[in-house]
Amino acid sequence: MNTTTTYAPRSRFFSIPALETVAAWLLAIIWIFPLLYAFWAAFHPSEFMVNFELFAPLTLENFTNAWSQAPFARYYLNTFALVTGVVIGQFVVCTLAAFAFARFPIPGKNVLFMLVLIQLFVFPEVLIVENYRIASELGLINTITGIGLPYVASALGIFLLRQTFKTIPRELEDAARIEGCNWLEILWKVYVPLAKPTYLAYGLVSISHHWNNFIWPLVVTNSVESRPLTVGLGVFSAPETGVNWATVSAATLLSIAPLLIAFLLFQRQFVQSFLRAGIR
Amino acid sequence: MQLYGALLLLPAALLLTTFAYLPTVTTVINSLFLPGFRGAPTEFVGLENYQVLFDDPTFWKVARNNFIYAVGTIPTSIALALGMALFVNGKLRGRGFVRMAYFTPTILPMIAAANIWMFFYAPQIGLFNKLLGMLGFSGVNWLGDPSVALSSVIVMSVWKEAGFFMIFYLAALQSMPPELKEAADLEGTSRWSFFWRVTFPLLMPTTLFVLINALINSVRVVDHLFILTKGGPNNATNLLLYYVYENAFSFFDRTTAATITVVILLVLAVVATLKFTILDRRTHYQ
Repeated sequence: MNTTTTYAPRSRFFSIPALETVAAWLLAIIWIFPLLYAFWAAFHPSEFMVNFELFAPLTLENFTNAWSQAPFARYYLNTFALVTGVVIGQFVVCTLAAFAFARFPIPGKNVLFMLVLIQLFVFPEVLIVENYRIASELGLINTITGIGLPYVASALGIFLLRQTFKTIPRELEDAARIEGCNWLEILWKVYVPLAKPTYLAYGLVSISHHWNNFIWPLVVTNSVESRPLTVGLGVFSAPETGVNWATVSAATLLSIAPLLIAFLLFQRQFVQSFLRAGIR
Repeated sequence: MQLYGALLLLPAALLLTTFAYLPTVTTVINSLFLPGFRGAPTEFVGLENYQVLFDDPTFWKVARNNFIYAVGTIPTSIALALGMALFVNGKLRGRGFVRMAYFTPTILPMIAAANIWMFFYAPQIGLFNKLLGMLGFSGVNWLGDPSVALSSVIVMSVWKEAGFFMIFYLAALQSMPPELKEAADLEGTSRWSFFWRVTFPLLMPTTLFVLINALINSVRVVDHLFILTKGGPNNATNLLLYYVYENAFSFFDRTTAATITVVILLVLAVVATLKFTILDRRTHYQ
Protein backbone atom coordinates (compact mmCIF):
# COMPACT_ATOMS: atom_id res chain seq x y z
CA MET A 1 0.00 0.00 0.00
CA ASN A 2 1.59 3.28 -1.00
CA THR A 3 1.37 6.48 0.97
CA THR A 4 -1.00 8.39 -1.24
CA THR A 5 -3.87 5.96 -0.81
CA THR A 6 -3.53 5.91 2.98
CA TYR A 7 -3.26 9.68 3.22
CA ALA A 8 -6.26 10.63 1.16
CA PRO A 9 -8.98 9.12 3.39
CA ARG A 10 -7.05 10.20 6.47
CA SER A 11 -7.24 13.85 5.59
CA ARG A 12 -10.94 13.44 4.91
CA PHE A 13 -11.37 12.09 8.41
CA PHE A 14 -9.52 14.94 10.03
CA SER A 15 -11.27 17.81 8.28
CA ILE A 16 -15.03 17.80 8.41
CA PRO A 17 -16.65 18.70 5.10
CA ALA A 18 -17.97 22.25 4.86
CA LEU A 19 -21.60 21.13 4.90
CA GLU A 20 -21.17 19.62 8.34
CA THR A 21 -19.40 22.73 9.62
CA VAL A 22 -22.35 24.81 8.48
CA ALA A 23 -24.81 22.42 10.10
CA ALA A 24 -22.84 22.35 13.35
CA TRP A 25 -22.72 26.14 13.49
CA LEU A 26 -26.35 26.55 12.54
CA LEU A 27 -27.37 24.21 15.35
CA ALA A 28 -25.06 26.03 17.77
CA ILE A 29 -26.63 29.37 16.87
CA ILE A 30 -30.14 27.99 17.29
CA TRP A 31 -29.13 26.49 20.64
CA ILE A 32 -27.57 29.65 22.05
CA PHE A 33 -30.15 32.00 20.56
CA PRO A 34 -32.72 31.81 23.40
CA LEU A 35 -30.09 32.88 25.90
CA LEU A 36 -28.80 35.67 23.68
CA TYR A 37 -32.36 36.80 23.20
CA ALA A 38 -32.85 36.95 26.98
CA PHE A 39 -29.75 39.15 27.15
CA TRP A 40 -31.08 41.40 24.40
CA ALA A 41 -34.44 41.76 26.11
CA ALA A 42 -32.91 42.41 29.52
CA PHE A 43 -30.55 45.17 28.42
CA HIS A 44 -32.96 47.11 26.18
CA PRO A 45 -36.13 49.09 26.89
CA SER A 46 -39.19 46.86 26.55
CA GLU A 47 -40.29 48.36 23.22
CA PHE A 48 -37.26 46.65 21.63
CA MET A 49 -38.39 43.16 22.71
CA VAL A 50 -39.23 42.18 19.14
CA ASN A 51 -37.63 45.08 17.39
CA PHE A 52 -34.02 44.33 16.61
CA GLU A 53 -32.22 47.58 16.02
CA LEU A 54 -28.52 47.26 16.25
CA PHE A 55 -28.15 50.61 17.99
CA ALA A 56 -31.14 50.38 20.28
CA PRO A 57 -30.31 52.19 23.51
CA LEU A 58 -28.87 50.01 26.24
CA THR A 59 -30.35 50.25 29.69
CA LEU A 60 -30.00 48.75 33.14
CA GLU A 61 -33.45 49.88 34.13
CA ASN A 62 -34.93 46.39 33.79
CA PHE A 63 -32.50 45.10 36.35
CA THR A 64 -33.22 47.89 38.82
CA ASN A 65 -36.95 47.29 38.30
CA ALA A 66 -36.61 43.57 38.94
CA TRP A 67 -34.41 44.16 41.96
CA SER A 68 -36.90 46.62 43.48
CA GLN A 69 -40.07 44.64 42.63
CA ALA A 70 -39.02 41.38 44.26
CA PRO A 71 -36.67 40.65 47.18
CA PHE A 72 -33.91 39.15 45.05
CA ALA A 73 -31.24 39.95 47.64
CA ARG A 74 -33.09 37.73 50.09
CA TYR A 75 -33.57 35.01 47.46
CA TYR A 76 -29.85 35.05 46.72
CA LEU A 77 -29.09 34.70 50.39
CA ASN A 78 -31.55 31.81 50.74
CA THR A 79 -30.22 29.95 47.71
CA PHE A 80 -26.68 30.49 48.89
CA ALA A 81 -27.50 29.18 52.37
CA LEU A 82 -29.42 26.25 50.89
CA VAL A 83 -26.70 25.17 48.48
CA THR A 84 -23.93 25.54 51.07
CA GLY A 85 -25.90 23.65 53.70
CA VAL A 86 -26.91 20.83 51.38
CA VAL A 87 -23.40 20.31 50.03
CA ILE A 88 -21.78 20.33 53.48
CA GLY A 89 -24.45 17.98 54.82
CA GLN A 90 -24.08 15.65 51.84
CA PHE A 91 -20.30 15.58 52.16
CA VAL A 92 -20.47 14.61 55.83
CA VAL A 93 -23.30 12.08 55.68
CA CYS A 94 -22.25 10.48 52.40
CA THR A 95 -18.59 10.27 53.41
CA LEU A 96 -19.46 8.38 56.60
CA ALA A 97 -21.85 6.01 54.84
CA ALA A 98 -19.51 5.46 51.89
CA PHE A 99 -16.65 4.69 54.25
CA ALA A 100 -18.78 2.14 56.05
CA PHE A 101 -19.81 0.51 52.77
CA ALA A 102 -16.27 0.48 51.43
CA ARG A 103 -14.32 -0.73 54.44
CA PHE A 104 -16.47 -2.11 57.27
CA PRO A 105 -17.83 -5.61 57.68
CA ILE A 106 -21.56 -5.05 58.04
CA PRO A 107 -24.00 -7.95 57.91
CA GLY A 108 -26.22 -7.71 54.83
CA LYS A 109 -24.05 -4.97 53.35
CA ASN A 110 -24.96 -5.67 49.74
CA VAL A 111 -28.67 -5.66 50.43
CA LEU A 112 -28.31 -2.39 52.34
CA PHE A 113 -26.37 -0.90 49.47
CA MET A 114 -29.06 -1.91 46.98
CA LEU A 115 -31.59 -0.23 49.27
CA VAL A 116 -29.56 2.97 49.13
CA LEU A 117 -29.42 2.81 45.34
CA ILE A 118 -33.23 2.87 45.21
CA GLN A 119 -32.94 6.57 45.95
CA LEU A 120 -31.29 7.04 42.54
CA PHE A 121 -34.79 6.48 41.17
CA VAL A 122 -37.17 7.52 43.94
CA PHE A 123 -36.36 11.19 44.43
CA PRO A 124 -37.74 13.39 47.18
CA GLU A 125 -39.71 15.37 44.60
CA VAL A 126 -41.59 12.30 43.41
CA LEU A 127 -42.85 11.80 46.95
CA ILE A 128 -43.83 15.46 47.45
CA VAL A 129 -47.11 14.70 49.17
CA GLU A 130 -45.76 12.44 51.91
CA ASN A 131 -42.52 14.38 52.25
CA TYR A 132 -44.57 17.51 52.79
CA ARG A 133 -46.46 15.78 55.58
CA ILE A 134 -43.25 14.53 57.17
CA ALA A 135 -41.59 17.95 56.86
CA SER A 136 -44.57 19.58 58.55
CA GLU A 137 -44.53 17.03 61.39
CA LEU A 138 -40.87 17.85 61.91
CA GLY A 139 -41.67 21.57 61.89
CA LEU A 140 -39.59 22.11 58.75
CA ILE A 141 -42.17 23.85 56.58
CA ASN A 142 -40.94 27.19 55.35
CA THR A 143 -37.37 26.61 56.46
CA ILE A 144 -34.23 26.26 54.42
CA THR A 145 -33.45 23.08 56.36
CA GLY A 146 -36.79 21.73 55.13
CA ILE A 147 -35.78 22.34 51.51
CA GLY A 148 -32.38 20.73 51.89
CA LEU A 149 -32.71 17.91 54.40
CA PRO A 150 -34.44 15.32 52.15
CA TYR A 151 -31.46 15.54 49.76
CA VAL A 152 -28.68 15.21 52.34
CA ALA A 153 -28.46 11.40 52.33
CA SER A 154 -27.80 11.21 48.61
CA ALA A 155 -27.48 7.82 46.98
CA LEU A 156 -25.36 9.35 44.23
CA GLY A 157 -22.92 10.80 46.77
CA ILE A 158 -22.67 7.55 48.71
CA PHE A 159 -22.20 5.61 45.49
CA LEU A 160 -19.48 7.86 44.04
CA LEU A 161 -17.51 8.11 47.29
CA ARG A 162 -17.75 4.38 47.93
CA GLN A 163 -16.32 3.69 44.47
CA THR A 164 -13.45 6.10 45.13
CA PHE A 165 -12.72 4.80 48.63
CA LYS A 166 -12.57 1.25 47.31
CA THR A 167 -9.72 2.15 44.95
CA ILE A 168 -7.54 3.48 47.78
CA PRO A 169 -4.88 0.88 48.70
CA ARG A 170 -5.24 -0.73 52.10
CA GLU A 171 -1.50 -0.25 52.70
CA LEU A 172 -2.03 3.47 53.22
CA GLU A 173 -4.62 2.70 55.85
CA ASP A 174 -2.33 0.19 57.58
CA ALA A 175 0.51 2.72 57.62
CA ALA A 176 -1.76 5.29 59.24
CA ARG A 177 -2.88 2.76 61.83
CA ILE A 178 0.73 1.99 62.75
CA GLU A 179 1.18 5.72 63.27
CA GLY A 180 -1.57 5.43 65.87
CA CYS A 181 -4.50 6.87 63.91
CA ASN A 182 -8.02 5.78 64.87
CA TRP A 183 -10.81 5.20 62.38
CA LEU A 184 -11.94 8.78 62.10
CA GLU A 185 -8.39 10.02 61.72
CA ILE A 186 -7.74 7.47 58.99
CA LEU A 187 -10.86 8.64 57.20
CA TRP A 188 -9.95 12.28 57.57
CA LYS A 189 -6.21 12.02 56.81
CA VAL A 190 -6.08 9.22 54.24
CA TYR A 191 -9.40 8.73 52.50
CA VAL A 192 -10.83 12.23 52.28
CA PRO A 193 -7.69 13.89 50.83
CA LEU A 194 -7.31 11.16 48.22
CA ALA A 195 -10.95 11.51 47.16
CA LYS A 196 -10.71 15.25 46.45
CA PRO A 197 -11.49 14.94 42.72
CA THR A 198 -14.66 13.01 43.57
CA TYR A 199 -15.70 15.65 46.09
CA LEU A 200 -15.13 18.37 43.50
CA ALA A 201 -17.13 16.54 40.83
CA TYR A 202 -19.98 15.61 43.14
CA GLY A 203 -19.96 19.08 44.71
CA LEU A 204 -20.33 20.83 41.34
CA VAL A 205 -23.15 18.50 40.28
CA SER A 206 -24.89 19.01 43.59
CA ILE A 207 -24.50 22.80 43.50
CA SER A 208 -25.99 22.98 40.00
CA HIS A 209 -28.81 20.68 40.98
CA HIS A 210 -29.81 22.58 44.09
CA TRP A 211 -29.32 26.01 42.59
CA ASN A 212 -31.83 24.95 39.92
CA ASN A 213 -34.20 22.76 41.92
CA PHE A 214 -37.79 23.94 41.90
CA ILE A 215 -40.79 21.77 42.72
CA TRP A 216 -39.86 20.60 46.21
CA PRO A 217 -38.68 24.08 47.35
CA LEU A 218 -41.93 25.47 45.92
CA VAL A 219 -44.04 23.05 47.93
CA VAL A 220 -42.19 23.35 51.19
CA THR A 221 -41.83 27.14 51.33
CA ASN A 222 -44.53 29.78 51.52
CA SER A 223 -42.80 33.08 52.22
CA VAL A 224 -39.94 35.30 51.18
CA GLU A 225 -37.90 34.27 54.24
CA SER A 226 -37.11 30.83 52.91
CA ARG A 227 -37.77 30.88 49.15
CA PRO A 228 -34.76 30.18 46.96
CA LEU A 229 -34.12 32.04 43.68
CA THR A 230 -35.92 29.55 41.44
CA VAL A 231 -39.12 29.73 43.46
CA GLY A 232 -38.82 33.50 43.81
CA LEU A 233 -38.38 33.78 40.07
CA GLY A 234 -41.28 31.42 39.44
CA VAL A 235 -43.60 33.44 41.66
CA PHE A 236 -42.38 36.74 40.21
CA SER A 237 -42.62 35.81 36.57
CA ALA A 238 -45.79 33.72 36.53
CA PRO A 239 -47.68 35.04 33.47
CA GLU A 240 -50.75 36.02 35.51
CA THR A 241 -48.77 38.56 37.56
CA GLY A 242 -48.53 40.73 34.45
CA VAL A 243 -44.96 41.84 35.12
CA ASN A 244 -43.30 43.62 32.23
CA TRP A 245 -41.37 41.17 30.07
CA ALA A 246 -38.17 43.05 29.91
CA THR A 247 -38.21 42.99 33.71
CA VAL A 248 -38.88 39.25 33.70
CA SER A 249 -35.91 38.62 31.46
CA ALA A 250 -33.71 40.79 33.68
CA ALA A 251 -34.93 38.80 36.70
CA THR A 252 -34.24 35.55 34.86
CA LEU A 253 -30.69 36.63 34.11
CA LEU A 254 -30.21 37.73 37.71
CA SER A 255 -31.20 34.26 38.91
CA ILE A 256 -28.98 32.35 36.55
CA ALA A 257 -25.99 34.73 36.51
CA PRO A 258 -23.82 33.25 39.30
CA LEU A 259 -24.09 29.68 38.07
CA LEU A 260 -23.79 30.69 34.41
CA ILE A 261 -20.65 32.75 35.06
CA ALA A 262 -19.15 29.95 37.15
CA PHE A 263 -19.91 27.54 34.31
CA LEU A 264 -18.37 29.76 31.63
CA LEU A 265 -15.22 30.20 33.73
CA PHE A 266 -14.84 26.55 34.71
CA GLN A 267 -16.47 24.80 31.74
CA ARG A 268 -14.05 21.90 31.75
CA GLN A 269 -14.54 21.17 35.46
CA PHE A 270 -18.30 21.32 35.11
CA VAL A 271 -18.43 18.99 32.12
CA GLN A 272 -15.96 16.58 33.74
CA SER A 273 -18.04 16.58 36.90
CA PHE A 274 -21.25 15.76 35.10
CA LEU A 275 -19.46 12.96 33.27
CA ARG A 276 -17.92 11.54 36.41
CA ALA A 277 -21.23 11.65 38.27
CA GLY A 278 -23.06 10.17 35.30
CA ILE A 279 -20.86 7.30 34.20
CA ARG A 280 -20.80 5.30 37.34
CA MET B 1 -15.85 -2.98 63.89
CA GLN B 2 -19.44 -3.87 63.12
CA LEU B 3 -20.66 -1.35 65.64
CA TYR B 4 -18.51 1.41 64.15
CA GLY B 5 -19.76 0.53 60.70
CA ALA B 6 -23.36 0.69 61.85
CA LEU B 7 -22.73 4.04 63.54
CA LEU B 8 -21.21 5.46 60.36
CA LEU B 9 -24.28 4.37 58.41
CA LEU B 10 -26.71 5.73 60.98
CA PRO B 11 -27.12 9.34 59.75
CA ALA B 12 -27.68 8.25 56.14
CA ALA B 13 -30.00 5.44 57.21
CA LEU B 14 -32.06 7.79 59.36
CA LEU B 15 -32.42 10.37 56.61
CA LEU B 16 -33.15 7.85 53.89
CA THR B 17 -35.79 6.22 56.06
CA THR B 18 -37.44 9.56 56.83
CA PHE B 19 -37.45 11.00 53.33
CA ALA B 20 -37.40 7.98 51.01
CA TYR B 21 -38.52 4.66 52.49
CA LEU B 22 -41.14 5.84 54.95
CA PRO B 23 -42.87 8.17 52.46
CA THR B 24 -42.82 5.41 49.83
CA VAL B 25 -44.52 3.00 52.20
CA THR B 26 -47.07 5.52 53.47
CA THR B 27 -47.84 6.55 49.89
CA VAL B 28 -48.69 2.96 49.03
CA ILE B 29 -50.75 2.63 52.22
CA ASN B 30 -52.60 5.89 51.58
CA SER B 31 -53.51 4.68 48.13
CA LEU B 32 -55.37 1.74 49.74
CA PHE B 33 -57.43 3.81 52.19
CA LEU B 34 -60.10 6.46 52.08
CA PRO B 35 -59.89 9.25 54.63
CA GLY B 36 -62.89 9.44 56.97
CA PHE B 37 -65.14 12.48 56.94
CA ARG B 38 -65.12 14.83 59.92
CA GLY B 39 -62.53 12.96 61.91
CA ALA B 40 -63.96 9.50 61.27
CA PRO B 41 -61.26 6.82 61.04
CA THR B 42 -59.80 6.01 57.66
CA GLU B 43 -61.33 3.10 55.87
CA PHE B 44 -59.49 0.33 54.06
CA VAL B 45 -60.85 0.13 50.53
CA GLY B 46 -58.34 -2.18 48.86
CA LEU B 47 -57.80 -1.29 45.23
CA GLU B 48 -60.91 0.86 44.98
CA ASN B 49 -58.89 4.08 44.64
CA TYR B 50 -57.13 2.57 41.64
CA GLN B 51 -60.49 1.59 40.19
CA VAL B 52 -61.65 5.19 40.57
CA LEU B 53 -58.41 6.50 39.10
CA PHE B 54 -58.57 4.20 36.09
CA ASP B 55 -62.17 5.23 35.47
CA ASP B 56 -61.11 8.87 35.41
CA PRO B 57 -60.66 10.07 31.82
CA THR B 58 -58.45 12.93 33.01
CA PHE B 59 -55.96 10.48 34.46
CA TRP B 60 -55.77 8.66 31.14
CA LYS B 61 -55.35 11.92 29.32
CA VAL B 62 -52.47 12.89 31.62
CA ALA B 63 -50.88 9.44 31.33
CA ARG B 64 -51.21 9.62 27.55
CA ASN B 65 -49.66 13.11 27.57
CA ASN B 66 -46.74 11.82 29.59
CA PHE B 67 -46.26 8.96 27.15
CA ILE B 68 -46.36 11.33 24.17
CA TYR B 69 -44.02 13.68 26.02
CA ALA B 70 -41.53 10.84 26.56
CA VAL B 71 -41.79 9.59 22.98
CA GLY B 72 -41.50 13.16 21.72
CA THR B 73 -38.49 14.20 23.77
CA ILE B 74 -36.36 11.10 24.22
CA PRO B 75 -35.51 9.91 20.68
CA THR B 76 -35.19 13.48 19.41
CA SER B 77 -32.86 14.62 22.15
CA ILE B 78 -30.80 11.44 21.92
CA ALA B 79 -30.43 11.79 18.15
CA LEU B 80 -29.54 15.48 18.48
CA ALA B 81 -27.09 14.73 21.29
CA LEU B 82 -25.35 12.14 19.14
CA GLY B 83 -25.21 14.54 16.19
CA MET B 84 -23.81 17.29 18.39
CA ALA B 85 -21.17 14.97 19.82
CA LEU B 86 -20.12 13.89 16.31
CA PHE B 87 -19.90 17.54 15.26
CA VAL B 88 -17.69 18.68 18.11
CA ASN B 89 -15.63 15.50 18.11
CA GLY B 90 -14.43 16.22 14.59
CA LYS B 91 -12.10 19.01 13.61
CA LEU B 92 -14.33 22.02 13.54
CA ARG B 93 -13.65 25.72 13.41
CA GLY B 94 -14.67 27.33 16.70
CA ARG B 95 -15.28 23.98 18.32
CA GLY B 96 -15.07 25.41 21.82
CA PHE B 97 -17.85 27.88 21.15
CA VAL B 98 -20.07 25.31 19.44
CA ARG B 99 -19.67 22.88 22.34
CA MET B 100 -20.42 25.64 24.84
CA ALA B 101 -23.53 26.65 22.88
CA TYR B 102 -24.84 23.08 22.90
CA PHE B 103 -24.20 22.53 26.58
CA THR B 104 -25.27 25.86 28.11
CA PRO B 105 -29.05 25.17 28.32
CA THR B 106 -28.20 22.27 30.65
CA ILE B 107 -26.85 24.61 33.31
CA LEU B 108 -30.01 26.78 33.44
CA PRO B 109 -32.84 26.13 35.86
CA MET B 110 -35.93 24.76 34.09
CA ILE B 111 -37.85 27.78 35.39
CA ALA B 112 -35.45 30.21 33.72
CA ALA B 113 -35.55 28.21 30.48
CA ALA B 114 -39.35 28.29 30.56
CA ASN B 115 -39.32 32.05 31.11
CA ILE B 116 -37.12 32.54 28.09
CA TRP B 117 -39.26 30.29 25.90
CA MET B 118 -42.33 32.15 27.06
CA PHE B 119 -40.97 35.14 25.08
CA PHE B 120 -41.07 32.94 22.00
CA TYR B 121 -44.41 31.30 22.55
CA ALA B 122 -46.57 34.13 23.90
CA PRO B 123 -49.55 34.75 21.60
CA GLN B 124 -49.41 38.49 20.85
CA ILE B 125 -45.94 39.71 21.67
CA GLY B 126 -44.06 36.42 21.36
CA LEU B 127 -41.17 36.29 18.93
CA PHE B 128 -42.43 33.30 16.93
CA ASN B 129 -45.72 34.96 16.12
CA LYS B 130 -44.03 38.27 15.32
CA LEU B 131 -41.78 36.46 12.86
CA LEU B 132 -44.74 34.57 11.35
CA GLY B 133 -46.57 37.89 11.11
CA MET B 134 -43.67 39.48 9.22
CA LEU B 135 -43.80 36.60 6.73
CA GLY B 136 -47.52 37.18 6.38
CA PHE B 137 -48.79 34.13 8.27
CA SER B 138 -51.32 34.30 11.03
CA GLY B 139 -49.95 33.47 14.44
CA VAL B 140 -50.23 30.14 16.23
CA ASN B 141 -51.35 29.98 19.84
CA TRP B 142 -48.31 27.92 20.79
CA LEU B 143 -49.31 27.22 24.37
CA GLY B 144 -53.05 27.95 24.25
CA ASP B 145 -54.07 25.66 21.43
CA PRO B 146 -54.60 22.15 22.84
CA SER B 147 -53.37 20.52 19.64
CA VAL B 148 -50.06 22.42 19.64
CA ALA B 149 -49.32 23.06 23.32
CA LEU B 150 -47.76 19.70 24.18
CA SER B 151 -45.48 19.88 21.14
CA SER B 152 -44.35 23.33 22.22
CA VAL B 153 -43.47 21.97 25.65
CA ILE B 154 -41.64 19.05 24.03
CA VAL B 155 -39.55 21.35 21.82
CA MET B 156 -38.42 23.32 24.86
CA SER B 157 -37.51 20.15 26.76
CA VAL B 158 -35.44 18.85 23.84
CA TRP B 159 -33.56 22.15 23.75
CA LYS B 160 -32.88 21.90 27.46
CA GLU B 161 -31.80 18.26 27.50
CA ALA B 162 -29.86 17.46 24.32
CA GLY B 163 -26.64 19.18 25.38
CA PHE B 164 -26.50 17.20 28.60
CA PHE B 165 -26.65 13.89 26.76
CA MET B 166 -24.09 15.16 24.25
CA ILE B 167 -21.28 15.14 26.82
CA PHE B 168 -21.73 11.42 27.45
CA TYR B 169 -21.56 10.64 23.74
CA LEU B 170 -18.57 12.93 23.38
CA ALA B 171 -16.71 11.15 26.17
CA ALA B 172 -17.52 7.78 24.60
CA LEU B 173 -16.40 8.94 21.15
CA GLN B 174 -13.13 10.25 22.54
CA SER B 175 -12.40 6.93 24.20
CA MET B 176 -12.87 5.01 20.96
CA PRO B 177 -9.56 3.67 19.62
CA PRO B 178 -8.47 5.64 16.51
CA GLU B 179 -7.19 2.39 14.94
CA LEU B 180 -10.80 1.48 14.14
CA LYS B 181 -11.14 4.50 11.90
CA GLU B 182 -7.74 3.93 10.36
CA ALA B 183 -8.57 0.32 9.60
CA ALA B 184 -11.92 1.30 8.11
CA ASP B 185 -10.18 3.93 5.95
CA LEU B 186 -7.76 1.33 4.64
CA GLU B 187 -10.73 -0.82 3.69
CA GLY B 188 -12.28 2.18 1.99
CA THR B 189 -15.39 2.12 4.19
CA SER B 190 -17.69 5.07 3.67
CA ARG B 191 -18.32 7.43 6.55
CA TRP B 192 -21.98 6.43 6.53
CA SER B 193 -21.41 2.72 6.91
CA PHE B 194 -18.56 3.28 9.36
CA PHE B 195 -21.02 5.16 11.57
CA TRP B 196 -23.75 2.50 11.37
CA ARG B 197 -21.47 -0.53 11.49
CA VAL B 198 -18.84 0.61 13.99
CA THR B 199 -19.53 3.85 15.85
CA PHE B 200 -23.20 3.40 16.62
CA PRO B 201 -22.93 -0.20 17.94
CA LEU B 202 -19.94 0.78 20.08
CA LEU B 203 -21.96 3.66 21.53
CA MET B 204 -24.75 1.32 22.56
CA PRO B 205 -23.91 1.35 26.31
CA THR B 206 -23.91 5.15 26.23
CA THR B 207 -27.22 5.18 24.39
CA LEU B 208 -28.75 2.90 27.00
CA PHE B 209 -27.38 5.01 29.83
CA VAL B 210 -28.72 8.20 28.28
CA LEU B 211 -32.04 6.49 27.60
CA ILE B 212 -32.42 5.56 31.28
CA ASN B 213 -31.71 9.12 32.33
CA ALA B 214 -34.09 10.51 29.77
CA LEU B 215 -36.82 8.13 30.93
CA ILE B 216 -36.38 9.21 34.54
CA ASN B 217 -36.44 12.89 33.58
CA SER B 218 -39.62 12.43 31.58
CA VAL B 219 -41.55 11.54 34.74
CA ARG B 220 -39.56 13.64 37.18
CA VAL B 221 -39.14 17.09 35.66
CA VAL B 222 -42.31 19.16 35.41
CA ASP B 223 -40.94 22.56 36.53
CA HIS B 224 -41.50 24.18 33.14
CA LEU B 225 -45.22 23.50 33.29
CA PHE B 226 -45.55 25.92 36.21
CA ILE B 227 -44.52 28.77 33.90
CA LEU B 228 -45.56 27.67 30.43
CA THR B 229 -49.02 26.13 30.73
CA LYS B 230 -49.92 25.02 34.27
CA GLY B 231 -50.95 21.76 32.64
CA GLY B 232 -53.52 23.46 30.46
CA PRO B 233 -55.32 24.22 28.28
CA ASN B 234 -57.85 21.71 29.56
CA ASN B 235 -55.07 19.32 30.71
CA ALA B 236 -53.57 19.19 27.21
CA THR B 237 -50.05 19.48 28.65
CA ASN B 238 -50.59 17.99 32.09
CA LEU B 239 -48.00 15.40 33.12
CA LEU B 240 -48.23 12.79 35.89
CA LEU B 241 -46.12 14.52 38.53
CA TYR B 242 -47.79 17.87 37.87
CA TYR B 243 -51.15 16.12 38.23
CA VAL B 244 -49.98 14.76 41.60
CA TYR B 245 -49.06 18.31 42.63
CA GLU B 246 -52.44 19.63 41.50
CA ASN B 247 -54.35 16.91 43.33
CA ALA B 248 -52.41 17.34 46.54
CA PHE B 249 -52.01 21.10 46.74
CA SER B 250 -54.82 22.56 44.65
CA PHE B 251 -57.65 20.02 45.05
CA PHE B 252 -56.46 18.80 48.50
CA ASP B 253 -57.16 15.23 47.43
CA ARG B 254 -54.27 13.38 49.05
CA THR B 255 -55.71 9.96 48.26
CA THR B 256 -55.77 10.51 44.51
CA ALA B 257 -52.34 12.12 44.72
CA ALA B 258 -51.01 9.05 46.52
CA THR B 259 -52.60 6.72 43.99
CA ILE B 260 -51.01 8.57 41.04
CA THR B 261 -47.69 8.65 42.88
CA VAL B 262 -47.78 4.85 43.09
CA VAL B 263 -48.24 4.75 39.31
CA ILE B 264 -45.16 6.97 38.92
CA LEU B 265 -43.22 4.76 41.33
CA LEU B 266 -44.15 1.72 39.24
CA VAL B 267 -42.85 3.42 36.10
CA LEU B 268 -39.61 4.25 37.94
CA ALA B 269 -39.37 0.66 39.15
CA VAL B 270 -39.55 -0.55 35.55
CA VAL B 271 -36.81 1.90 34.58
CA ALA B 272 -34.69 0.79 37.55
CA THR B 273 -35.08 -2.85 36.57
CA LEU B 274 -34.08 -1.93 33.04
CA LYS B 275 -30.96 -0.28 34.36
CA PHE B 276 -29.90 -3.01 36.75
CA THR B 277 -30.49 -5.83 34.29
CA ILE B 278 -29.71 -4.62 30.78
CA LEU B 279 -27.39 -1.68 31.31
CA ASP B 280 -25.20 -3.12 34.04
CA ARG B 281 -24.76 -6.30 32.04
CA ARG B 282 -23.94 -4.56 28.77
CA THR B 283 -21.47 -1.97 30.03
CA HIS B 284 -18.84 -4.59 30.78
CA TYR B 285 -18.14 -4.82 27.09
CA GLN B 286 -16.95 -1.26 26.88
